[in-house]
Amino acid sequence: MNAMLAPVTTSIGKKALMGVTGVLLVLFVLGHMTGNLLIFAGRDAINEYARFLHEAGHGALIWVARLGLLALFVTHLALAILLKQENRKARPVRYVVEDTIQASWASRNMLLTGLVIFAFLAYHLAHFTLGLTDPDTFKGTYEPRGKENLEDVYQMVVRGFQQPLVASIYMLAQLTLCAHLWHGAGSWMQSLGLNRGKLRGASKLMGPVIALVVLAGNSLIVLACLLGIVNV
Amino acid sequence: MNFTLHVWRQKDRKSPGKMEAIAAKNILPDMSFLEMLDIVNDDLLAQGKAPISFDHDCREGICGSCSLVINGRPHGPTRGTTCQTYMRHFRDGEAIYIEPWRAKAFPVVCDLVTDRSAFDRIIQSGGYVSVNTGGAVDGNTLPIGRETAEKAMDTSACIGCGACVAACKNASAMLFVAAKVTHLGLLPQGQPERDSRALSMVTTMDKEGFGNCTNQYECEAVCPKEISADWIARLNRDYIAAAGSPGE
Repeated sequence: MNAMLAPVTTSIGKKALMGVTGVLLVLFVLGHMTGNLLIFAGRDAINEYARFLHEAGHGALIWVARLGLLALFVTHLALAILLKQENRKARPVRYVVEDTIQASWASRNMLLTGLVIFAFLAYHLAHFTLGLTDPDTFKGTYEPRGKENLEDVYQMVVRGFQQPLVASIYMLAQLTLCAHLWHGAGSWMQSLGLNRGKLRGASKLMGPVIALVVLAGNSLIVLACLLGIVNV
Repeated sequence: MNFTLHVWRQKDRKSPGKMEAIAAKNILPDMSFLEMLDIVNDDLLAQGKAPISFDHDCREGICGSCSLVINGRPHGPTRGTTCQTYMRHFRDGEAIYIEPWRAKAFPVVCDLVTDRSAFDRIIQSGGYVSVNTGGAVDGNTLPIGRETAEKAMDTSACIGCGACVAACKNASAMLFVAAKVTHLGLLPQGQPERDSRALSMVTTMDKEGFGNCTNQYECEAVCPKEISADWIARLNRDYIAAAGSPGE
């Protein structure tokens, strides 16, 4: 058998690749959230952080990260669709009565929540990276005391989330992401064969814990702006 | 007790099937589910109708022949096989839905009987140990620790009924294959072929048209032999190690 092709040709290989791409995306989500929480440290803190991201490695690092993330997303999504198709084909005649004993709602709707997250991602990039949906609040610069000009990510985020419609879209996306992580952020351990003995309990908890941490962290930013706790 | 059965009736492999309502009358609470079907079939025969076809053999929970998805659950409402499910577990007058295992890899032969030979082909592809026959070896030639022996025993309890496939949202056979690969892979006799066994049994499983595991563990919840989905993690581990090893 060709070991190089196993990740895309066999059931366990595909699931393992799903797990690896998934856990890397989870790490990104956690990093993204942690960085963005700097908004509570004030205007300068988050703007300095944004500049660091853009300038690290002479501006090359951000492109490495972007291309890496794109590859992860595309692989994860393509495999999800392929696996779903195979799974549908594996049961051509559905049950008239189907019971579910312990499979969570989250675990049964991974493709749905994943696709919603993907759609949100397109909007999120159009909003904060490309400045297409809300050009009035997109970046702009300001001059912090005694320093050179900084792009003002802070006001872009705050003004963005001050709009109830925008805030609702983000909140809805966070709830969807929470559902997706509820299953996915722990399930990868089983797919990669790491569950054994006490680790099974840990991986069962890991999904919900990460899901709730991400929901809390990200929602805090949106709600703080919407409610005027963080203001320009 | 009286029940209204809604039974999947399908003439043969090629005909389309459909649910049919059949009355089950004068059933005693301590009859097994299969005995109830025997009574119903006697009634059907007396009326000159075709009896319901279903698989059964030992009727004591050890052979793995009986199947049936009862009200959406493989082997019915209690943990254990259909033959060990009793009518006292149902309410008098209840409507009971009876369907065959539903999986592409388990085609319906007639009514509730499915062709489960896909499991046999998976076993043929690696579910064995190759040994030279000859005089029987002494009982304790190969010492095996108690814990390992217990785990091997737990996984060898699989009777190959296919309830795991029937319960899985994706009709995956991972619990079955995990049990078989682990049962041999834990013991010294199974070591020489450990890698090739995992690879070929998984390849055959995929080829037979079973779905992919999505870690929902519906399989372990219905397994009449209470085989844990932890063994699926071990199968994943074994398979990934084997696929990555230079010898393969």
